[in-house]
Amino acid sequence: MSKPKFAMYWAASCGGCEISVLNIHEKILEVDAAFDVVFWPVAMDAKYKDVEAMQDGEITLCLFNGGMRNDENEHIAKLLRQKSKILVAFGSCACEGCIPGLANFSSLGEMVDTAFTTLTTDNPTNLRPQPSYTVPEGVLHIPTLNPFVKTLDQVVDVDYYMPGCPPEPHQIAAVVDLVIAALNGKAELPPKGATIGAGNSTVCEECPRKRNVKSIKVFNRIQMIQADPELCLLEQGIPCNGPATRSGCNARCPIAGAQCIGCYGPAEGVVDYGARLVSAFASVIDSEKPDEIDKILDGLVDPAGQFYRFNLAGSLLRASKAAQKG
Amino acid sequence: MQQITIDPITRLEGHGKIEIFLNDEGNVVNTYFQIPELRGFERFCIGRPVEEMPLLTNRICGVCPEAHHMAAAKAVDAVYHVDPPAPAKKLRELLYSAFYCTDHTTHFYALGGPDFIMGPDAPVAERNILGVIHKVGLEVGGKVIQMRKYGHSVVEIIGGRKVHPCTSIPGGLTKGITEEQRKQIEEMGRFAIEFAQFSLKAFNDIVLGNKQYVDLILGDIYTHHTYYMGLVDENNKVNFYNGKVRVVDPDGKELVKYEPKDYADHIAEHVEPWTYLKFPYLKKVGWKGLVDGKDSGIYMATPLSRLNASDGMATPLAQAEYEKFYKTLGGKPVHQRLAIHWARLIELLYAAERWIELATDPEITSPNFHTIPTEKPTEGVGIVEAPRGTLTHHYWTDERGVVTKVNLIVGTTNNYAPITMSIKKAADSLIKNGKVNEGLLNMVEMAFRAYDPCFGCATHSLPGQMPLEVTIHGADGGKVDVLKQYC
Amino acid sequence: MTDTPETKPFEPVIIGFTCNWCSYRAADMAGTARMKYAPNVRLIRLMCSGRLDPTFVFKAFAGGADAVLISGCHPGDCHYATQNYKAMRRFYLMKRVLAQLGIESGRLKLLWASAAEGAIFAKEINSFVEQVRALGPLHWNTNSPEILDKTVKEEVIA
Repeated sequence: MSKPKFAMYWAASCGGCEISVLNIHEKILEVDAAFDVVFWPVAMDAKYKDVEAMQDGEITLCLFNGGMRNDENEHIAKLLRQKSKILVAFGSCACEGCIPGLANFSSLGEMVDTAFTTLTTDNPTNLRPQPSYTVPEGVLHIPTLNPFVKTLDQVVDVDYYMPGCPPEPHQIAAVVDLVIAALNGKAELPPKGATIGAGNSTVCEECPRKRNVKSIKVFNRIQMIQADPELCLLEQGIPCNGPATRSGCNARCPIAGAQCIGCYGPAEGVVDYGARLVSAFASVIDSEKPDEIDKILDGLVDPAGQFYRFNLAGSLLRASKAAQKG
Repeated sequence: MQQITIDPITRLEGHGKIEIFLNDEGNVVNTYFQIPELRGFERFCIGRPVEEMPLLTNRICGVCPEAHHMAAAKAVDAVYHVDPPAPAKKLRELLYSAFYCTDHTTHFYALGGPDFIMGPDAPVAERNILGVIHKVGLEVGGKVIQMRKYGHSVVEIIGGRKVHPCTSIPGGLTKGITEEQRKQIEEMGRFAIEFAQFSLKAFNDIVLGNKQYVDLILGDIYTHHTYYMGLVDENNKVNFYNGKVRVVDPDGKELVKYEPKDYADHIAEHVEPWTYLKFPYLKKVGWKGLVDGKDSGIYMATPLSRLNASDGMATPLAQAEYEKFYKTLGGKPVHQRLAIHWARLIELLYAAERWIELATDPEITSPNFHTIPTEKPTEGVGIVEAPRGTLTHHYWTDERGVVTKVNLIVGTTNNYAPITMSIKKAADSLIKNGKVNEGLLNMVEMAFRAYDPCFGCATHSLPGQMPLEVTIHGADGGKVDVLKQYC
Repeated sequence: MTDTPETKPFEPVIIGFTCNWCSYRAADMAGTARMKYAPNVRLIRLMCSGRLDPTFVFKAFAGGADAVLISGCHPGDCHYATQNYKAMRRFYLMKRVLAQLGIESGRLKLLWASAAEGAIFAKEINSFVEQVRALGPLHWNTNSPEILDKTVKEEVIA
């Protein structure tokens, strides 16, 4: 009997998810033993044509990472949805847009203009890349960029979400175990739409730092104070997104002395991650006077970036007005 | 005109495609290597607090986030005009050395090595890490996994996480290391040195001991005479983390040695409308198109470039290998692109030796790992050597330290022109009279793969080749022939 | 002269979150006293302005509202002691976040109104409606097909 088929694909991604999968080390051999790897562009030779030739649903498990930045990303997302039984939005880019989603603060035109007019760019005729360009020998094509970044589930139906930038290897290992057990009839897969490979609470629950009542009189930039290594970072005025971020990462960043930047996405039950953080931060500001509140808020120099760093594409508002105008 | 499309190329961070045009006689007229992606970091980092740059730019590449993290760390130090305390700089370089060992290992064993260890003509199914393991021993696979594990462990201990480190801030780090952690790091470093020496010996026995491979390396198909760039310390020895950028001409003579802050006087980026990536070149020499030679401003960055641009390695074992390298290949500079694989292993050894030097430095466990900046933030440049090439980060901020402008020149970007030229030369040499065969596919891959394009990692069950589909279109656009290669 | 579709004035759609104890009663009072005020504000009653989750505001804008009003008891008079201060702080922080997304500060308003201040409530609503009318429709359309399917295809001859 042939083994169930496995695929992993990267859309507009950085490759970190692939590396994190490799960081399950010897366990990759279990994946190799349990599955037939039929499509994984970083690692082996199958091409789009091979996927196109497959039957619908022929791929049992597809881990799809990377966001929807251009039309090629969307095309492959639709193709893999069609050919896969289980499609997992793997990693923050696929789940919520991740860092490239920050491009949704600007218009596409601004983004391209910036890239092609940098300090060292030699562009006397002010060229911009064209989706279709005729050279003396023929016509060259490159994908068309979307007006703004989208998440995987804004393009296709997604079965499961695995958050993290990237998902931690111990979580990936746990999911591998679960899927292999389910295929052998020894376990049940969670209901469709579930978030897997992560916890049900917030990063604060995993963070070992001491917590008291928070009352913030000033927001501090992390480099401007000698932070107490035992005390909650937010309590010290360092903007930490732990309160709204899903657990599952073992709070690595706060343990290492850095604020949680929110790479594991919204905690269970959060509708809009940024809104949740607005609420959390505003609640702990220690002032009842408008002028004083304003002054304290001046210490947060980039609130929208702080609260939507990984999540803008997947938020309620999704993109700025400028990005929508195109 | 016939058109051959190779899409997608793999083992590149992101995606790439190649278009080869043949004339009516079936000989190559031109080759285009296109990069179809743009994410816009230089735009969307504007408005962010500058201390986030080491975290945001990590996400440019998840294989070498450590490189971006360090370039960003140095740039934000420069923005705040703050000099981190020595223990912080040493810790950063220690993390960086361990990262280099991991990165060079995975590229050599899973991507580059199989071409030599198995041979370019070996059956496709064997030309991968599994074939390597069968030929050289099961132990090898275990060592490769171990090296990766150790490298990422060090990154996690000092950088907080395995992928996308988080501990660099303006003025230093958010944490130091304990004596117990230092001991672990040292022990892992000793393994790294042994592993590097083992790898060089394997290369020596399997590759240098085989005339066919030596001919391949020395052959003309993969040779280009360009300028070479690399970071060097005050003794002109290779340094990955700190120093000045040195560029030598195709004869090996120094053209320029510049401080990071002066990079814009020397580098410019040429634009073509059929690709999202730009082509860096040397301003003082000028853009003359995709051609070799002293009059062309094209330069290469890679392990080979770093060795060419330096006067030696700063550690003894690596220095001995450096001398042997040039003696074997007939002096400096070496222009043969396949020699990059060998140079990469010499760097692996240097990185391991440096790992031990730093892990045994008396200051490495110091609690003094951060200096609070006192000056107003303005502007700063940070340069490190990414495994693929010189990496430049340049940020401007307002008086609050919020980013107002960004300029990035990324490792593989430096090599965009050289890679294109290497692909074209391979295609020119091999496609004659319209005949395309399996040999072309592998030889084109070897030209591309030597540069270790940004995505340098792979699995253990890696088959030997990049997926290539070569479709030959007749002049009327109809399909004439389709060659596929996959495992 | 009757208004043609082209000359009909823009009628802002405004969502108003009012608290049960003060501001909603102010609205009630305006109503029972038959004070005329602009009908553009759709009121949603919360038990307290401190219940105002910023999610509600973002959802309103994403869903097509041109503006949002938050109304509660005067500082010091909150039925639940100090929760309206939370509303106040959230309001200030929300404004900054929305501004970065291109939603002008004139589209989000915080109004304190006691149960006896029906007339003030009506007056403030009228002036808010005119303020938003001057700003124009927001048209937050990240879900509209034209935006989603927008592609630019050009052939340029070398």
